Amino acid sequence: MAGGSTSGGSVKADTYAGVRHWLLAPSWLVLLTVVVGPLCIMLIYSFLTKEFRGGVVWEFNLAAYDKFFFDRGLFGDEAPRIEWTYISIYWRSILQAAIATLVSLLIGFPTAYFIATRPTTSRALWVFLITIPYWVNLLIRTVSMKFLLRDQGPLNAFLLSTGIIDQPLTIVNTDVAVQLGLFYSYLPFMVLPIYAAVEQYDHRLSEAAADLYASRWIALRRVILPAVKPGVIAGCILVFVPSLGSFLAPDLLGGARNFMIGSLIEDQFKGQAGDWPFGAAASMILLSMVLIVLIVAARRQARAKAAGGEV
Amino acid sequence: MKQKIKKSVAAAALVCVVTSAAKAEEQVVLYHWFEYIPQELLEKFTSESGIEVVMDTYDSNEALLASLKAGAIGTYDLAVPGDYMVEILANQGLLGEFKPDELKNFENIADQWLNVDFDPGRQYSIPYQWGTTSFSVNRDVYQGEIDQLSVLFNPPEELSGKINMLDAQNDVLALASLYLNIPQCTNDREQLKAINGLVQEAKQHWVSFNSDTTKDILVSGDVAASMIWNGFGARARVEGANIEYAFPTDGYIVWMDNVVLLKDAPNRENALKFMDFLLVPENIAAVSDYARYESGITGAKEHVSDELREMPELNAPTGGKGHFVEVCDAETQAVYDQIWTNLRK
Amino acid sequence: MSSSKTDVRRYPGFLSVTLLCLLVLYAPLVIVGIYSFNASNSITSWDGFSLRWYAEVFTGSESEKFKIAAWNSLFIAIIAASCATILAVLAAMAIIRGGQFRTRQISQGLVSLPLMVPEIVTAVATLIFFNAIGFSRGHMTIIIAHIAFCVPFAYMPIAARMQGVEDSYEMAAMDLYASRFQAFCRILLPLMIPGIISGFLLAFIISMDDFLITNFVKGAGVETLPTAIFGAVKQGIKPNIMAISTMLLGLSIIIVSLSYIVSKFDNTK
Repeated sequence: MAGGSTSGGSVKADTYAGVRHWLLAPSWLVLLTVVVGPLCIMLIYSFLTKEFRGGVVWEFNLAAYDKFFFDRGLFGDEAPRIEWTYISIYWRSILQAAIATLVSLLIGFPTAYFIATRPTTSRALWVFLITIPYWVNLLIRTVSMKFLLRDQGPLNAFLLSTGIIDQPLTIVNTDVAVQLGLFYSYLPFMVLPIYAAVEQYDHRLSEAAADLYASRWIALRRVILPAVKPGVIAGCILVFVPSLGSFLAPDLLGGARNFMIGSLIEDQFKGQAGDWPFGAAASMILLSMVLIVLIVAARRQARAKAAGGEV
Repeated sequence: MKQKIKKSVAAAALVCVVTSAAKAEEQVVLYHWFEYIPQELLEKFTSESGIEVVMDTYDSNEALLASLKAGAIGTYDLAVPGDYMVEILANQGLLGEFKPDELKNFENIADQWLNVDFDPGRQYSIPYQWGTTSFSVNRDVYQGEIDQLSVLFNPPEELSGKINMLDAQNDVLALASLYLNIPQCTNDREQLKAINGLVQEAKQHWVSFNSDTTKDILVSGDVAASMIWNGFGARARVEGANIEYAFPTDGYIVWMDNVVLLKDAPNRENALKFMDFLLVPENIAAVSDYARYESGITGAKEHVSDELREMPELNAPTGGKGHFVEVCDAETQAVYDQIWTNLRK
Repeated sequence: MSSSKTDVRRYPGFLSVTLLCLLVLYAPLVIVGIYSFNASNSITSWDGFSLRWYAEVFTGSESEKFKIAAWNSLFIAIIAASCATILAVLAAMAIIRGGQFRTRQISQGLVSLPLMVPEIVTAVATLIFFNAIGFSRGHMTIIIAHIAFCVPFAYMPIAARMQGVEDSYEMAAMDLYASRFQAFCRILLPLMIPGIISGFLLAFIISMDDFLITNFVKGAGVETLPTAIFGAVKQGIKPNIMAISTMLLGLSIIIVSLSYIVSKFDNTK
């Protein structure tokens, strides 16, 4: 993952250069028709008009985006004011995703570092242990989390019996539950790229730092972190981006009161709202946000690479 | 390794064949409310007719409409919309017509449910179950009077913040209208503003909007009161919740769910057979016993259990003020949508 | 000397964080696993050990539904993962062994595009797409959607492996007048097998795992395991769901262990 290693580096193999277009054609065909094409159609739909009681009418306008950003009152005839509802849903989602990313980083970095510094023989086993939960169905993991956190669930029963609390904690249907769910869903995504980066880190650098009387923590901050930064960035993106548009964690753990982007969009298509153009517009806005994050990260990565190239 | 891959490809091809063979069987595709029909009844139909019932579920009339509009039409044969939604679906051209003589048990429909406002003469639908919508309150938490809609909209302190509402726009707004004593689907601006103000104010007391988990959260004690359908409330009580279902004196909702034939039903003949099956008193009584509502079929009452007949949830006080949900015009509906969106923010 | 080396590497507390991390990852799964053996009807109280919920999964009133859903999931995952793996192998050959060409970067971006687009957006776009072209929803729509988003997952391990395989072997073969096709079949493909298996397994699991996109594009009455489970847990977590979860957990562990052993086997070679 770290640093676009798949772009081939110095390998200039051209065994199949003569037939490369034929080799690429099937993927192009599938991905253009099933991914790129639909995204374009979705863009078009976001400019269409909602039909009374669901469906779309082929009349182009900006109504969906207008609904997203402006409030025109109950009857739609007042002077437009900024509509904070959806902006705040997006803002809250960004915040939730950011907190989940931060927590994942705080727990994931030491874990990844610890694993990467194990002897080679036990290393694979540790990685194996970290990845197993990831292979378990996300839905099942989220449901399990909900079961654990319920008011009458095992966690509360345990805390009550140990006397740490005397009233069950209400966690399900709160923001904390959503953050926990997101963190739990994507934690392995944080650990693995950092692990890969630390594994390639030359520990003689730490020794050099120690020889120069740097404490461990200073070495960590000044030497190790900059060196494994691409892995950290990759991990953060891999947690942040799916968290932003996630549906299961907010839906199952957050309850209906804690709408996030995913549930807002889902409601436009599968729920009662039935406003397709608005759902398409909301999706476009989410997609643009994600692309911005990715582009910024790619730029940074490229710059870091260029700067680090001299070392 | 190569062998393995070959084997798995062969297995895939085999699965492919098996699945397509399974699809060739006779079937009827039913789009139904969740937890509403006993599995045994579907199995009975299959063993009698050889037709398999494939079922998908939804949790509100509005969700049914949205899904049908979103391209599901032409894939389902039957659906079970509530009264007002039958009218809406018919107006939208989403229903398939049938003639009374296509159903040999058509005459079993009780007279009072034959000529209904939402489907005069029963061109599109047959009665399924009917019941009421109000709310249930956990008596361990609150012992006071519960015969007013204010329990939902301006609740006593014990219940505030522990109330779940059904995730159903028209039902919630209809109850709000009843509470404010203004006509449903009003187009008076002040009245619409009043509804909006009411639900906005009441929102602080409501912890969630759930339909499908209503029973479980009442049983588990996660909420202390919930807007609920009478039969679902009865089931929650039977499952151990110490709750009481209310018949508010300022009004509650009466509804009837109906089996409709959808437009472009892929298995129309089988669908009609299934409708006929549901018009048999004994069969529809099995639904009543399971879901704890009443049916609109003559003679079904003799087949339901005594227990059901005596359920407090099914015995409204005499002079109870039940109202059907009305269908609003486009203009009012747009405002209703806006109120609902504001509420769900 | 060597003790000072380990000292520099070791950070106090990192072990505890790692253990905490594992605790968080496993606690919910283990607890659900334990409760799946609960004899009680209620999920809250413990009534002693029992296998009744496992029996319920296979014989209970919902068993038919879950059986069909499981077969659907398996069938869709096998087809989607196979197609995605083939597409990924072909694309990797062009991108990694196709020399430098103008659309190389774009091709690479295109192949990894499904990874970058949030799942909910892909789901919405695919739903609108099928609706716009009037493609009626069923098994087919799920398979098509799954193939598309499985491609990058199959591509990653395959491309990584292909980069690890020197092209000199194929060059040598072709110098000896082997055709390109022969070089591929006899040299590259056998060397690629571990990568292809990992790619296939990854795509397979991703397809089995998917809820959101499937839920958007599935047709009437077509359920996969995740959508069936979601429908069931919407009405509360029931003990039979825990039994299913625990069995799936076991299945996942078996698959991961298999792929782990395959990679081990490969390393020693």
